[in-house]
Amino acid sequence: MFVYLDNSATTRQYDQVTLEMKQAMEDLYGNPSSLHSLGLASEKRVRAARQHLAESLGAREDEIIFTSCGTESDNTALYGIAHAKRREGKKIITSKVEHPAVLEACKVLEKEGYNIEYIGVDDKCRLDMNQLKAAIDDETILISIMAVNNETGTIMPIQEIAKMKGKAVFHTDAVQAYGKIDLKHTGADLISVSAHKIHGPKGMGALYVKKGINLPAYLVGGGQERHMRSGTENVPGIVGFDAACQIAIPNLNERVAKMAEVRDYLKRGIEDQIKDIKVNSPDDGAASVLNISFMGTRGEVLLHTLEQDNIFVSTGSACSSNKKGRSHVLAAMGLKDKEIEGAIRFSFSEANTIEEMDYVLDKVNAAVTRFRRLGSFR
Amino acid sequence: MNEQNIFIVRCGEVALKGMNKPYFERMLVDRIRSNVKGLGNVDVKRQEGLIFVRADKDVDTDILVRQIAKVFGVASISPAVEAPSNLDDIGEEAVKYMMNLIETKGVKTFKVEAKRADKNFPVKSPDIGRIIGAKVLIGCKVLKVDVHNPDVLLYVDVRADRSYIYQDKIAGFGGLPLGTNGKGMVLLSGGIDSPVAAWMMAKRGMVIEAVHFHSYPYTSQRAQEKVEDLARIVASYCGNFKMHVVNLLPIQEQIVQNCPEEETTILVRRFMMRIAERIAENNKAMMLITGENLGQVASQTAEALVVTDNVVKMPVMRPLIAMDKIDIMDKAQEIGTFETSIQPYEDCCTVFLPKHPTTKPKLARIEESESKLDVEGLVAAAVAAEEIVQIRQK
Repeated sequence: MFVYLDNSATTRQYDQVTLEMKQAMEDLYGNPSSLHSLGLASEKRVRAARQHLAESLGAREDEIIFTSCGTESDNTALYGIAHAKRREGKKIITSKVEHPAVLEACKVLEKEGYNIEYIGVDDKCRLDMNQLKAAIDDETILISIMAVNNETGTIMPIQEIAKMKGKAVFHTDAVQAYGKIDLKHTGADLISVSAHKIHGPKGMGALYVKKGINLPAYLVGGGQERHMRSGTENVPGIVGFDAACQIAIPNLNERVAKMAEVRDYLKRGIEDQIKDIKVNSPDDGAASVLNISFMGTRGEVLLHTLEQDNIFVSTGSACSSNKKGRSHVLAAMGLKDKEIEGAIRFSFSEANTIEEMDYVLDKVNAAVTRFRRLGSFR
Repeated sequence: MNEQNIFIVRCGEVALKGMNKPYFERMLVDRIRSNVKGLGNVDVKRQEGLIFVRADKDVDTDILVRQIAKVFGVASISPAVEAPSNLDDIGEEAVKYMMNLIETKGVKTFKVEAKRADKNFPVKSPDIGRIIGAKVLIGCKVLKVDVHNPDVLLYVDVRADRSYIYQDKIAGFGGLPLGTNGKGMVLLSGGIDSPVAAWMMAKRGMVIEAVHFHSYPYTSQRAQEKVEDLARIVASYCGNFKMHVVNLLPIQEQIVQNCPEEETTILVRRFMMRIAERIAENNKAMMLITGENLGQVASQTAEALVVTDNVVKMPVMRPLIAMDKIDIMDKAQEIGTFETSIQPYEDCCTVFLPKHPTTKPKLARIEESESKLDVEGLVAAAVAAEEIVQIRQK
């Protein structure tokens, strides 16, 4: 059996996506900016994709910018808003558990003289809303809080934050939320999404920018994407993104129900069969993620043991001998070192089945037992 | 000017080896040829006790020199120009050579150092120097002679048919040509030390083969990728070789479950030596090579080395044994393995590392602990399960 449970890292492309991209590579090679009919054909296809993507976010066509990845979307949003509003204030609020695409951009902004406040989380990665409320003031120009945490699946109260943001611009990194929860009514001013987390191609992202928000261009040049992001459009990528979006979004409820079923089944099984564990994901998190610490083990060793059984997962800690590799998310949640060391993230797609979970349960149990027997003297 | 770039390659100790000299030189020429393969039209020839490399002008000189310098047995390399062996032609080439240096380097002073390998040449060496020096002075008006501290020390090497003019001597690593000193099996870990140890033995002419131990899934596949990268760097000096990859985990599991914790490291080490010796025998290597360094870690104390050594009959070469860590690191920098060695995979899973490893193991006690294990069975199984990776030089 071959079980892919690293869907929060990336997903397998839908066959339909590959098919449509191949066709686009063969036929739609015209540059959308070209004046001739071949260019027009590409432009029309890009426009249709933009329309579909906008609908999936409850947005208008002219509120969508195609980018090269979620990281570019995040960087564009943070640098753009911070610079555009630098005269109105210097304070930016984010959380301790954001993706590095946001945290590292914040570090750069910090060096430029902005004040960054990092909001903490509880042991299930839920945002400290009291700290957030107290942090928002007149100086605050930007709030960037992710919609779903990539390591735990915790859903952040985006709509609530949108209501209390004051005069600040509110950006949400929804890379892990897209295709997992409804994003049509977030109230956010900017939303980052990425194609490869919803079975689309890698190298393709988008940024929703609410009409009226002043965002300077991050890449300048030929003036594509309404001058917001120059560069010849990645037509096959956009076509693939569109194809993925058209499967993932209309079927969101069914897909999520399937993920929830396998996640709950695996979680119950692990709780029943394996002693001395700690579930790090909240019960009401996104259905795509299940994070569990197996005490007295090392996540990396479990990962390599499971890969021999063709089961692919991810860990909360890359390399246990140095702190650098440790998950900043699990650390922010207050987990002890040994809990971080033994953390495994299972992340699901609708393609996963109950039979697979039985197999996974069996192999995880064996891997944990083996490790605990050998590693007991540590 | 010459139509080709010419390099004089000098052999170091090779020249001392009496009767074996032609054999060593042939090996050296072979190694240089294989190291410059793919760079373009390059001719390598033995001639009057030197090796001459002639390369077309489109061959990148820097890369060519680097590739020649990497060959063990090469003492130094000089980019040279060639002239027919008469004083007029030599003088003409010398003037051109110096004019070029005046234009490109702003050279102001020089001195000529001449020698004649061809003793039939009618003029004696000091006189050749004076005559060529005078020709250069006349030809290059801005130059002055400075016998004490010249900007350029111009060598003139007069030989039977052709003569050579050069200034720089680019140092090689010295040593002996590969393949002139048997085959050794190096225990290659992925750390800083063992690639340096392999390199040092290869420098003395020893053909290298490697064995690498891992504990997958307790170590990652990326750790092995790193070792292969290191091995490829080593291979750029000592040619392609085989790397035997052995999973130690089944043995470590037995040790952890049956033996005292503090002895884990030394017991594992003894198994590594046994397995390496067995693989060496199977592959006609006559010695083992390790990167061990006295006192560096618990398994490298004098007592530990005695206990480790005790399990093998083959001689164990430990070229780094008395070096300081800082010197080993410098050597690793010099040969280009350091950056790869310090990537953080190797010590990633130290799961079997005891909290307090024994630093003064007693052979009798270690042997008693081992008596609880099926040593022969475990070694045979590990050797039988070896995987072989072909390491090709970069």
